[in-house]
Amino acid sequence: MFLLLVGMLFAMFISSTEKSRKKLFIIFSMKTTYSEEELIMQNNTQVLSKRTSIWLAILAVSSVAATFSTQAVADDKEVKLGIVTFLSGGAAGPFGIPARNAAELMVESINAGTVPAPYSAKGLAGAMVTPIYVDEASKQKVADYKKLVQKDSVDAIVGYISSGSCKAIAPVAEEEKKLTVLFDCGTPQIFEDIVTEPKYVFRTAAHATMDNVAAAKYVLDTHPDAKSIAGINQNYAWGQDSWRDFSASMAVLKTDVTTTTEQFPKIYAGQYGSEISALLTKKSDIVHSSFWGGDMEALVIQGGGRSLFKRSQVVLTAGETAIEGLGAQMPDGTIIGARGPNGPLAPDNALNDWFQKAYSDRYGSSPTYPSYHMAQAILGVKAAMDKAGSTDQEAVIAALKGSTFESPSGTVSMALSDGHQAIQETAYGTYKFDKETGKSTLVNIKRYAANCVNPPEGTKSIDWIKSGFKGADCK
Amino acid sequence: MLTAVAIAVDGLGFAAWLFLSSVGLTLIYGVMRILNIAHGGFYALGAYSSAWAIGLYTQTGSTIALTYLIIPLAALAVGVIAGLLIERGILRFMYGRDEVLMVLVTYAIFLILEDVTKLIWGTGSMVAYQPAYFLGTIEIFGIPYTIYKLCLVGLAIVVGAVLWWGLNRTRIGKLLLVVIEDREISRALGINVTLFFTVTFVIGVTLGALGGAVTAPQISVVPGIGAEIIVMAFAVIVIGGMGSIGGAIIGAIFVGFARALSVHLYPPAELFSIYLVMAVVLAFKPYGLFSLAEGRKI
Repeated sequence: MFLLLVGMLFAMFISSTEKSRKKLFIIFSMKTTYSEEELIMQNNTQVLSKRTSIWLAILAVSSVAATFSTQAVADDKEVKLGIVTFLSGGAAGPFGIPARNAAELMVESINAGTVPAPYSAKGLAGAMVTPIYVDEASKQKVADYKKLVQKDSVDAIVGYISSGSCKAIAPVAEEEKKLTVLFDCGTPQIFEDIVTEPKYVFRTAAHATMDNVAAAKYVLDTHPDAKSIAGINQNYAWGQDSWRDFSASMAVLKTDVTTTTEQFPKIYAGQYGSEISALLTKKSDIVHSSFWGGDMEALVIQGGGRSLFKRSQVVLTAGETAIEGLGAQMPDGTIIGARGPNGPLAPDNALNDWFQKAYSDRYGSSPTYPSYHMAQAILGVKAAMDKAGSTDQEAVIAALKGSTFESPSGTVSMALSDGHQAIQETAYGTYKFDKETGKSTLVNIKRYAANCVNPPEGTKSIDWIKSGFKGADCK
Repeated sequence: MLTAVAIAVDGLGFAAWLFLSSVGLTLIYGVMRILNIAHGGFYALGAYSSAWAIGLYTQTGSTIALTYLIIPLAALAVGVIAGLLIERGILRFMYGRDEVLMVLVTYAIFLILEDVTKLIWGTGSMVAYQPAYFLGTIEIFGIPYTIYKLCLVGLAIVVGAVLWWGLNRTRIGKLLLVVIEDREISRALGINVTLFFTVTFVIGVTLGALGGAVTAPQISVVPGIGAEIIVMAFAVIVIGGMGSIGGAIIGAIFVGFARALSVHLYPPAELFSIYLVMAVVLAFKPYGLFSLAEGRKI
């Protein structure tokens, strides 16, 4: 209102002099060059009448002022979220797009107030969410991140699927002092080695240690006589950490287990003929793989065709993303993980029922774990902003730190790394394809409590595993 | 013994795939002096069109045997359509320019093709396993191998033999060798060099697409597969000598066996093995094993 008043006074002033009325005429006539004749006409005969120019000036300036004032009001009720996932490249199909879909669904539902309790209040602390989507498959991830912070002035960033991306972005987020919620990447290194004293970086999904400790427990629960293990994992942080945690856990849980071969093909290699031969010649009881996306599907097709899944018990810690697509091609009996209690492993609760239905209705397929992780991250931000009662960064960080919130996959506790790293219960199941209905299912599902498969606060994952899971509570 | 046999079969299988995937790249370079980065895009187009056509066909419930016809047809369609469009529409305006500029041009085409595949087939994965499973498996020393994979070794030999025969035993092939040797003299002799360029490019693109098309049944066809193959294919033809068909065969065998050896005997070196072979070869033969002799022109 104040701006509007100032605008009107200014308009009255400029329209009161003949000189300024001439200037107004030129501005409104939208011309930049004039002939001598035209200029004479303007000076002598075509000057706008005083009354018209007053009204025009009031209209012009007050509309500008009104725009500013409207924006000022809107700014109070808008919260900008930068959302970074793979929108192109090999990780887009299995991870990036399902995550982006979940983000779209959550943002629209939050703005409309249609998410079930305890998230039924509209917006984030009452502010409407404006998402800005950015492709993670970029050669300049750090520059893209800085653009979101410095140019787009986002209030928070939710993003990053690749462990490599998270390792690059986490230190930058601390430098830029911007609330950044890592939603999917799995390497435990983020808070154990990269940013050991986080303030602005959070991760609302549990890290890969949980997936692999639980995988080892499930293997021994279902195959107590297993004597040898082998691994085929991608040659980067995610694959290396996953195998490290799984093999170390197996060694602790069953001391007579031997490792026959450790294969680390390049990410996106696609051809695993030699690796499958190596796995077959070593004849391991258990084959562990944290492969994802096209690599995992290729491994299933090539390994399935060569009886690898019959000769060894294969564990796919990220297998859930492919079961709907592969259907009968995924061999029955494969042990499947979903990086938490997600998808078919999700608990029975109102939030999950709503999420599954809303997602399936909108996108025509079931949500997979990247969708769950994205929903979880956005709900974590909502829980914190609602609790803080504002979108002020310091207040939100204080509210998110060490908090506990509900998600479609159950209760999430920000229990590790000084309240910045989430833990939650997890589950594993065994794949079974129902030929009659044509549906993929998981049977023999076993659940593991959060404190059973996650290290306690202040202990590095690998030290915790090697200590014999000291402090684990598996009741 | 078991490991030695596995290394031999895996090495040969991987070498065959590498040769099929890289021979088009070396052919185009040999004739046109274009390091065709878009080769990866043609490989992806071949893989997508093959997986898509197999998917459509198998939905009809007809016999799988016909898919072995669909695969080369898909590659041919890509080769003719994409090859002609790109050669006539873009590359012919660039002939005679610096080789580095051609790398940039073909890189741009590669990026465009990446998006074209996404526009046509989306970002999801495509699986067309039926041809790979239909022939069943054969056990060699107790290790099952898919017969399809072994057939690819046969296909690579056939492609290599046909190319050799076509280049050395036919009139057109001999004229092409003249074009490879010296474009200016060829023109002076009355050879239609432009036509040879177009035909070679279409054949090169078809071979690239064939590499993708025969690979599609064994993999999950996803965005980005073209970028992976271009690095590998480049390594193969650099080792063999750019522009040499025989070099591509030797390069593929070197890389295939290096990878199989490392996977079976020392897996941590797998990633490094290909580049180690490349580094060793280039240290002694900087232009590759079978590099074409270049006459100095004044």
